[in-house]
Amino acid sequence: MTGQAIITARPSGAQGALRFVLPVIVFAAGLLAWELVVRIKDVPPYVLPAPSIIIQTLIKDWAVLSESLAATLLTTLEGFVAASIGGIALALLFNQSKWVEYSLFPYAIVLQVTPVIAIAPLLLIYLEQQTAVVVCAFIVAFFPVLSNTTLGLNSVDRNLAGLFQLYGASPRQALRFLKLPAALPYILGGLRIAGGLSLIGAVVAEIAAGTAGAGSGLAYRIAESGYRLNIPRMFAALLLLSLAGIVIYGVLALVSHLVLRRWHESALGKEN
Amino acid sequence: MTESKTSPAVEASLTALAVSLRGVTKTYDNGVMALGPFDLAVRKGEFISLLGPSGCGKSTVLRIIAELSAPSSGSVRVARREAVPQPGHGIGFVFQEPTLMPWTSVRENVRLPLRLGRVPKAEAYARADAALASVGLADFADAFPRELSGGMKMRVSLARALVTEPDILLMDEPFAALDEITRFRLNNDLLALWRSLGKTVIFVTHSVFESVYLSQRVVVMTARPGRIQADIRIETVEPRGEAFRTSTAYSDYCRKVSAALAPSYAEQSTL
Repeated sequence: MTGQAIITARPSGAQGALRFVLPVIVFAAGLLAWELVVRIKDVPPYVLPAPSIIIQTLIKDWAVLSESLAATLLTTLEGFVAASIGGIALALLFNQSKWVEYSLFPYAIVLQVTPVIAIAPLLLIYLEQQTAVVVCAFIVAFFPVLSNTTLGLNSVDRNLAGLFQLYGASPRQALRFLKLPAALPYILGGLRIAGGLSLIGAVVAEIAAGTAGAGSGLAYRIAESGYRLNIPRMFAALLLLSLAGIVIYGVLALVSHLVLRRWHESALGKEN
Repeated sequence: MTESKTSPAVEASLTALAVSLRGVTKTYDNGVMALGPFDLAVRKGEFISLLGPSGCGKSTVLRIIAELSAPSSGSVRVARREAVPQPGHGIGFVFQEPTLMPWTSVRENVRLPLRLGRVPKAEAYARADAALASVGLADFADAFPRELSGGMKMRVSLARALVTEPDILLMDEPFAALDEITRFRLNNDLLALWRSLGKTVIFVTHSVFESVYLSQRVVVMTARPGRIQADIRIETVEPRGEAFRTSTAYSDYCRKVSAALAPSYAEQSTL
């Protein structure tokens, strides 16, 4: 009775729980159906492994898989950091000088629209493998950071800019106390996209590297297991990649929420 | 452009004036003439209102005085204290919007002018708190702007303008977006602050009633390009209060100012 009272008093809390519980139920039902189909039809594991087999493989091959996971995460992190710093720095440079912006912006777009899977084999020829993989992650992830930061820096309130001018703010003060804080929600939005994209970039590059016969990341494990018809391990590696993507997104969303929660509309509750 | 080190004789003749504009014009890049020629002399400690239709260049006058915008021709003199280290410190500006930084607390917002002027932290916080207390918001120093009502945000904006202890306060339709009751209260608080601090106030508004209630002089401007249509002195028993707002003298002045303003609106054929 009391539980019901709480639920009616706080519909947002109940809705929050539903949003969490419903996908979990769907997930569990899907797994169950998968397991049943495989068992009833007696599908061999090299065609479609049952979820229980995938979990067993994950535990059995944990030594190999965890090493690959670490390698992929490191690549992703390096690509992400490079993209964040590069994207923000380039946006600041563009903001300082129209000449630089006009000269370089078209090439940033070219990098963005050229499919990275087509660039990766070339990079692998000219760069060391580990460097090439990080560069791929960087190329994919840096454009959203650049364009979002540029948008943010150009969204400064005109009157606030006038106020800074009135009080004789130096360019550095204006950047630190006005432009960067004003651009922060946009930058964080860009980073959230970049996190997922750098994982994609890393995976694409690893697959390209894997076909060249070298590699150690999770995507390489998937390619390698495919050649060896070790389908359960392919699924186990895929599961880890997917989990890594979810965790990266979750962490960045959390950081964004914590940073913006006191002032930005996007992080505030919908109570008004 | 600004008067700082002139000869003693010139200095003496100017001491009474806080702001003096002569033949000031402003033409925008697109060729539109927004202002002038415009002459204005404001004595130290005076409270004047600039009243006129939208787009008549009232805000431009303030921006020119604050050096946020350069006049196309004419001369601008703004009296400043000798000891002012940085440009702009002798002037406080209150915009039409509260123009607060949403990402930081009320106290940090009020401290901003001092921070930009590199005033030591402890002193800056003490002065920011004092400025907040003077507008009645001492308890809200740690709040964020979005947690405040429209009237309170405007008070924060006023505290920020006062924190540098400027001689001249420029206010650009500061209460236009507020409800009437809040506006009346802020009008009274502003008058009280003006009486106790003795600052020169140049107040831009398009409300006849507000301009008559607040100011010693109402300067009525023409439609674009803005020139002076009338300069009306408001004389009454000081300090003013709600009694003045309901007096016949007040309504007489309002009628007089409205009559002076009517031709400015008649010129605006598009409205």
